[in-house]
Amino acid sequence: MRVKRRNRLITVSFVFIGAAVAVGLMLMAANENLNLFYPPDKVVSGEAPTSTGIRAGGMVLAGSVQRNSENLDVRFVLTDYKGSDFEVVYTGILPDLFREGQGVLVQGQLGEDGVFQAASVLAKHDENYMPPELEGMGA
Amino acid sequence: MIPELGQYALVLALCLAGAGAFAGLVGAQANNARWMRAARSLPMGQFVLTAIAFGVLMHAFVTDDFSVGYVARNSNSLLPWYYKVSAVWGAHEGSFLLWTLIMGAWMLAVSLRGHVLPPRFHARVLGVMSVLNLGFLAFLIFTSNPFDRLLPLAPLDGSDLNPLLQDFGLVLHPPLLYIGYVGFSVAFAFALAALLSGRLDSAWARWSRPWTNITWAFLTLGIALGSWWAYYELGWGGWWFWDPVENASFMPWLAGTALVHSLAVTEKRGTFRAWTLLLSVSVFSLSLLGAFIVRSGVLTSVHAFAVDPTRGMFILVFLTLVVGGSFALYAVRAQEMVSSVRYGWHSREMFLLVNNLLLVVALAVVLLGTLYPLAYEAVTGGDKISIGPPWFNTFFVPLMMALTVALGIGPLMGWKRTPLPELRRRLAVAAVASVLLSVAVALVVGSDLGAGAVLAVVLGLWVLATSLIDIRRRSARGLRRVPAAYWGMQLAHFGFAMALVGVALTHTLSVEKDLRLEPGEQTEQQGVTFLFKGVVDARGSNYVAQTGLFEITDGDQRLLLKPEKRRYLASNQVMTEAAIDAGLFRDLYVSLGEPLGEGAWAVRVYVKPFVRWIWYGCLLMALGGIMAVADARYRRLRVREASRLAAAGAAS
Repeated sequence: MRVKRRNRLITVSFVFIGAAVAVGLMLMAANENLNLFYPPDKVVSGEAPTSTGIRAGGMVLAGSVQRNSENLDVRFVLTDYKGSDFEVVYTGILPDLFREGQGVLVQGQLGEDGVFQAASVLAKHDENYMPPELEGMGA
Repeated sequence: MIPELGQYALVLALCLAGAGAFAGLVGAQANNARWMRAARSLPMGQFVLTAIAFGVLMHAFVTDDFSVGYVARNSNSLLPWYYKVSAVWGAHEGSFLLWTLIMGAWMLAVSLRGHVLPPRFHARVLGVMSVLNLGFLAFLIFTSNPFDRLLPLAPLDGSDLNPLLQDFGLVLHPPLLYIGYVGFSVAFAFALAALLSGRLDSAWARWSRPWTNITWAFLTLGIALGSWWAYYELGWGGWWFWDPVENASFMPWLAGTALVHSLAVTEKRGTFRAWTLLLSVSVFSLSLLGAFIVRSGVLTSVHAFAVDPTRGMFILVFLTLVVGGSFALYAVRAQEMVSSVRYGWHSREMFLLVNNLLLVVALAVVLLGTLYPLAYEAVTGGDKISIGPPWFNTFFVPLMMALTVALGIGPLMGWKRTPLPELRRRLAVAAVASVLLSVAVALVVGSDLGAGAVLAVVLGLWVLATSLIDIRRRSARGLRRVPAAYWGMQLAHFGFAMALVGVALTHTLSVEKDLRLEPGEQTEQQGVTFLFKGVVDARGSNYVAQTGLFEITDGDQRLLLKPEKRRYLASNQVMTEAAIDAGLFRDLYVSLGEPLGEGAWAVRVYVKPFVRWIWYGCLLMALGGIMAVADARYRRLRVREASRLAAAGAAS
């Protein structure tokens, strides 16, 4: 019986450690790697924090996409079609489904000047699919 | 008229599933031989009717019947015939029809191969599977009917299959993945049948084991294929994103891997019984949870299907009933199980326990990271967050490394207990060998690898060294006496190590550059020269393309890579087709971004060392799983079992 009891104790302590680790993860997650999403009106109103990693999104304003001819810099404006819009700068290659009038998500930092420095730009993969964040903005 | 036949077939299949559920469960409870016989033969009907429906939908695609709404949304007359065929499972409705077809096929397999099982147990297994199939078919018919018509205003042409899905990888990825997802319903049904019958010795584990191994192998293949497809088709060379939909397939895999191992303990040693039952129920529950995540659109994902709340609600209710019901049954019955098998600290049981705990903690990490955004939104009242890959990597990588250490030791252990001095000697040899070999590898590779990658290489070689030591030990009395299942295990473990090394090396050694290149301009990465010669126009059956020409010089090797930028005619969607020179030790990857004026293009130029090891590793794991099932011992077992049952039947 002693072996059995000991084994049970081991099992229980492993489970306990596992659970403790899981809770630890959760607390750490809450502090660090969460990227809160901000729609255009919150970016414009200043509710979105600057100089920290966030996500934002909106519809790409028609006629706003400007490419630099010398390098891979690109600027565009995201709007909610309700009067709030903000500028995004990005360096790199945009996804295939990035198009004017389409919904996109950007991940990066909001600068003090109100310009969003995007580290990545996400467009949807399917024309019928709208990211839940952008619901209600569609034209 | 033909599409309606498909719908009738589905409704009939639904009726048969209801009958099968009743005959199987009630028949077994009442011990009514006629009902139990019916329960064993009804799966044939369910499968054939679902297959008819599937054939009808395929016929509608191949004949361009755009009066069927699903066909109109996902096909086009210009689509090549093979993509018309695969477009059947290109979106929600058809892919779920494929799901039910595969469910029918598994049921048929269980009904045909199950003659070794006691009749009541067999009827219960098929009864439980019929209940599941009933739910799936009801979901299909009531929320996702693929045969809905657009009459009288049928469109002249369809709006085309999503160009991302017009690809060989996507022809195979869903079927393989679904064979895995749905296949775990077999282990689930065996576990529930055991709980219902109260026969909780390890017999059910022995019967369930080959089914679980083969299912696990298919799920492994499906996930690997999806990863490979993402790598070459999404145009930016990533192979895993910790996207909710990927996690949805990964969670059953992690739990399934734990199950494969705990079933081994339950079968061989008769212990871990309650735990194995719990895992069997959990794995399939996670498959259903995955279906919910993918098909309800509750989470932001690049893969998600178009959102329909009623579907999400249906799956959620179904999930709650299945999971709640089976866990309640488990809670009532599992306490009757008392196992009295003992094992020491340094025993194989203990290491398989470690394996299971690590896998379950890894599963908890993935589950938490996947569902946390949902919980957060619910608690804060609408604030949306996402959890990025760094979070997953922080926890997942150390867990996998710990798992790999244990993976090397476990097989060297004997059941029950292992003499320590001998074990210490074997482990010391393996440790020294793996460290020395790693130093050699580091010298050959020559570049600074970084601590993480070095550790991964050491661990990979650790698995290799312990495997070789164990193989030598096991084959002392001749290689031919070593059973196939043993080779399967070694192959799968070696595949795991290979994938681990691939992940670590490709992560640290990859060079990824986004550049602006003018025709005639060249760039050198990792000693490989990429010369951009310009872009020419090309045309496919349903798209127009711009093809980039890149001349690659790698030492004295010269080749031409032709990435494409395609515009599909029907949908006007733009797609990037990367060009890849694949190799065992490195991939060269070129894809076109966008034109920047004056002939210049934005271009991605990647050198990705060892990236293929990830998928080759998965392939070896899957082969290992299949090999384990092919073991002659299972066949002998079946024959013995059958004759024993026949004898018992004759005696009673």
